[in-house]
Formats: sequence, C-alpha cells, structure tokens
Amino acid sequence: MIPVGKTLAEKILSQKSGSDARAGDIVIANIDLVFMQDTTGPLTVKQFQSSGTSRLANPDKTYVFLDHAAPSPASSLSNDHIFLRDFAEQFGCYCSCVGDGVCHQLVAESLAKPGDVIVGADSHTVTAGALGAFATGMGSSDIAVAMTLGKTWLRVPESVRVLVTGRFPRGVYAKDLILYLIGLIGADGATYQALEFHGTTVNNMTISERLTIANMAVEAGAKVGLFAADEKTHKYLVGQGRGDYYQSLFPDADAVYHRTIKINAAKLEPMVSKPHTVDNTAKACDLKGTKIHQVFIGTCTNGRLDDLAIAANILRGKVAKPRLIVAPASRQVLMAAIKEGFITTLVETGAVILPPGCGACLGLHQGVLGNGEACLSTANRNFKGRMGNPESFIYLGSPATAAATALTGEITDPREVM
Amino acid sequence: MLRGRAFKFGDNISTDNIVPGRLAHLRSNLPELAKHVMEDADPTFAARVKSGDFIVGGSNFGLGSSREHAPLVIKMAGVSAVLAKSVARIFFRNAINLGLPVLICDTDKINDGDIIEVDLTVGTVRDITNGNQLAFGKIPEVMLHILDEGGIIPYIQKHGDFKV
Repeated sequence: MIPVGKTLAEKILSQKSGSDARAGDIVIANIDLVFMQDTTGPLTVKQFQSSGTSRLANPDKTYVFLDHAAPSPASSLSNDHIFLRDFAEQFGCYCSCVGDGVCHQLVAESLAKPGDVIVGADSHTVTAGALGAFATGMGSSDIAVAMTLGKTWLRVPESVRVLVTGRFPRGVYAKDLILYLIGLIGADGATYQALEFHGTTVNNMTISERLTIANMAVEAGAKVGLFAADEKTHKYLVGQGRGDYYQSLFPDADAVYHRTIKINAAKLEPMVSKPHTVDNTAKACDLKGTKIHQVFIGTCTNGRLDDLAIAANILRGKVAKPRLIVAPASRQVLMAAIKEGFITTLVETGAVILPPGCGACLGLHQGVLGNGEACLSTANRNFKGRMGNPESFIYLGSPATAAATALTGEITDPREVM
Repeated sequence: MLRGRAFKFGDNISTDNIVPGRLAHLRSNLPELAKHVMEDADPTFAARVKSGDFIVGGSNFGLGSSREHAPLVIKMAGVSAVLAKSVARIFFRNAINLGLPVLICDTDKINDGDIIEVDLTVGTVRDITNGNQLAFGKIPEVMLHILDEGGIIPYIQKHGDFKV
C-alpha cells in the first residue's frame, strides 16, 4: 500500500498509541489528561473503586471539577462534593473549588496542549479540540478505567474536513457558523467521526471562537472537533503563561478525508436552534416575535470574555426586558470582565451575575424555567427538559443574538440593534 | 435467547429524555433515580416495563450527555437490550461498558407492544407479533469482548488491561 498522509486525528492517535493509526483502526492510546465533574464524578469514583485498583495511573494527570452544581443547591449534591474532595485528597489528584469555573474552560486555560489525548466524563470534553488536542467525552466506567490504566481504547475516526472561507458579516459569529453546520448535517451528521476545521476564516479565528465551535462538535455526534495548532494557538498559550506547551500541529497535505464541507462565512446570518434539538435551526430574523422570558449568557460554549464584551456592548446604557442571567465561564473570565467594566455594564442593564460554572445550562439550579417559559441561551443544548423543566422551551444563539433578544423580549436578529 | 415486549420510542431520544439533569441530586441514590427511567420521553414507562423487555428507538438514540446513568437506569429497569436504527457514540460505549446490549437494526419493522426475540449469538431479531425477522449490525470486536465479560469493569478485573 502506498503510504498516504494523515488527518489531525490520525497524527495524534499514531503518536499516542505508538502505531500507524488509520481511520477505522482500534488503538490503545496513552492519556495526557483524564477528568470528571461533579455530576458524573461520583459514579466514576465508585466504578474506579469497584475495579479493585488502589491507585491512579497518573495522579498528576487526573482532575476533578466541581462546576455543574456549584455552589450546590441540594444536600445530596453537597455530599457528592464531599465524596469527590475526599477522593481527590486520598488519591493525590487535583480538585477544583466551587466558583473556579466550567471544567472545559479550565482545561483550555490551564491544562490542554496540542497533540494531547484528553478524556473527560462530560460530553463537551471535545472543547479542547480548539487547541489541537484529541479530546473526547466518555462515561464514568471508561473514565474510571482510563484513571486506572492511564490509557483507553479508541476507534480512529474518519475525518470530515470543514473548509470555511470568507469574513463573517456584521452580527455573525463563530456560534452562528457551528449552528449552521449542525443544521446542515444534522444531530447525527458526524457520528463516530472527527470534524476538522480549516480555511482562512478558521485561521483568523481567536482561540475563544475555536472553543465555541469545538465545544459543539458533539452536537453533530462527532467524537472530536479538531483545529490545527498554529500561531493563534501559540499566542493563546503564551497569554496563559504556557507558551512552552506549544507545538505546531497540522494535518498532512495528502490526508484522506471522508468528505469535505465548504462554507462561505460571508453568506451566513445569525442562527438560532429551536426546541428541542440543536439541528432544528432557523435564521434569527425568521423567528421575530417569538416571546422570550429568560436570556442566559454563559457556559463552556459562550461564557468567555469576548462573549461578555459583545453582550455588554449591545446592552450598554439600556434595560433588559426579560430576566437576564450571565455566568462567566471561569474565575479568570470573571476577573477580566470586572476589570474591563463589562460586569458593571451588564448589572446596570438588570443582569443577574452567577458564579463561574455551568449555571442554568443543565437544569440543576440558578435559572430553572417555569411551565411554558422560553429561554434564549448561548449554551450548546436545547433538549426537552435540559433547563430543568420538560414543559419549557430553549432556543440557542450567539451572545449577540442573546443580548439583542434581552433588549426586546422576543427573538431578535442582532443586526437590528447593532 | 432474549424475549420480551417492545417499548417503541422515536428518533433523537436524548439522555435528558432518559434521565434528566434536574435529577442529578438523585445520582448517588440509584434505586430512587431508576424510578424516573425514560420519564421525559414516556412518563408511564417506568410503571409498565418488566424485566426482559426491550427499548426500541429510532435514529440517534442516546444523544447528548456522557452520563452513564442513562444506560444504567435502563439496565436497572430490567431492559435486556436497546434496539435502534442508530445510536449516539457515548451512549453506545456506556451501554456496552455496563453489559447492556445495543443492537442496530431497522426498528421501523417493530411495533410498540410487539413480542420480540433476540438471538445475540446469531445476530437476529424476530418480531413474533408481526412475523418480521431482522438482522442487526455487527458489534465491533473490542466491544463484543467487553459485553461478553458483562461490562468494562469485570473485563478489566479479569484481564487487568485491554486485550486488543
């Protein structure tokens, strides 16, 4: 067979498995980072304990994050936090504090690096693909085994090349691009596959924008959402004091892709996912008049400094009509947003500022919807019942669409107010 | 040979349909959590399901969260296998890791309430009620070994490592 080039997924998994990994192969890959969060962690620890092992393969590569129910709204969840803190102390691994932020944001800020294999007991582990890491979500048992052995089995995914060119028009952002893509290929359009993002638009994107896109790869069923590690990645890591973690990482020019999807960013418009699936997309302008009771800006998808800046700039000096709830993705984001004045601006418009963490996203606390209520959220998921009530409705959009909607109380195309 | 009734569900049954996030406070109380299995897809399911029955979904079954509690509460309800036209990646791994078979076949040919028989060794599903016989897709070998041991934890307890 004539050797051909490799995709990003094949390159990373070849290196981490010590084999010539090709799409379709089953490999055993060494793991650079394994983590759990507070709603998947207790079962993970119990499975770890039941496997009969008495030690972590790599305590320094094992992390516990308290973000989903943080601060805890119920005694049973508080007890889960105690259980996880005790585990971390006993086995010598790190456990975050309530209010530090969402696990995926903390992984991006402080831990992930290009070429890593990262597994987490959370489906949005894919977020770290923005930094060129093969990062994927797994269940508690897989994570328990990964903690025990320091490795996992993976089927090397076929890769779909998403080629994006053109400049985003005013009012259109990375979130609109990924919602458009998921609407195009469907909620199972990339199941078992890797989405690999390329093109001039992608080259020009900040890491925050790439994190938004990688984060939602799983909403198309993908195993990973990968970006090359380039100068933008280097600059981001330097900014985080981790410049020496950088290595450049690109696919080979003759890599084989399952298919290529071309998108002209210049033609995109603000997009919204309607209830109750992420692929149920429409243009924001076509949903004008849809009444919204709560706007939620935050999460691992869109809770970063640039997201809060976009919202603050639209809302400055005005008053939010529906409830406006804002959750910075991390303590670092919150501190910067305070320094830049965005928090003051948002509070002046009537926003409630939540502690850094998952906030209202998954229906546990801090913004559960009432019967018949609708929310415009910057999160990644709008499944029935996701925000704590199956009798409510969730629309997904960009921070700009969320802020525009906060001004009017109905779904609003941000271009109308910018 | 597995035999039981089919409980039919549509496409895109999410992990929130199976075991919603709002019940996360029950995750360390599994018997209580299991009482809510499939609650947001069919609130009557938990009361009606009997040991040996099947969940029969459409496409993209189990999409969403990585919560292993989803296949876990299905297994605790006594469901002997999940049949679907296609299944989301994480749910697939999680179910096999718990020893719960997930079989990919044309579930349009099975009706709600039908009695069905599944032969895991031959790879067939027989709908006794309407007479349809279906073949299900091959489970990848690595997952078949895990399933044979009753899940990933017993597999690792026995082998101490991956045998691939």
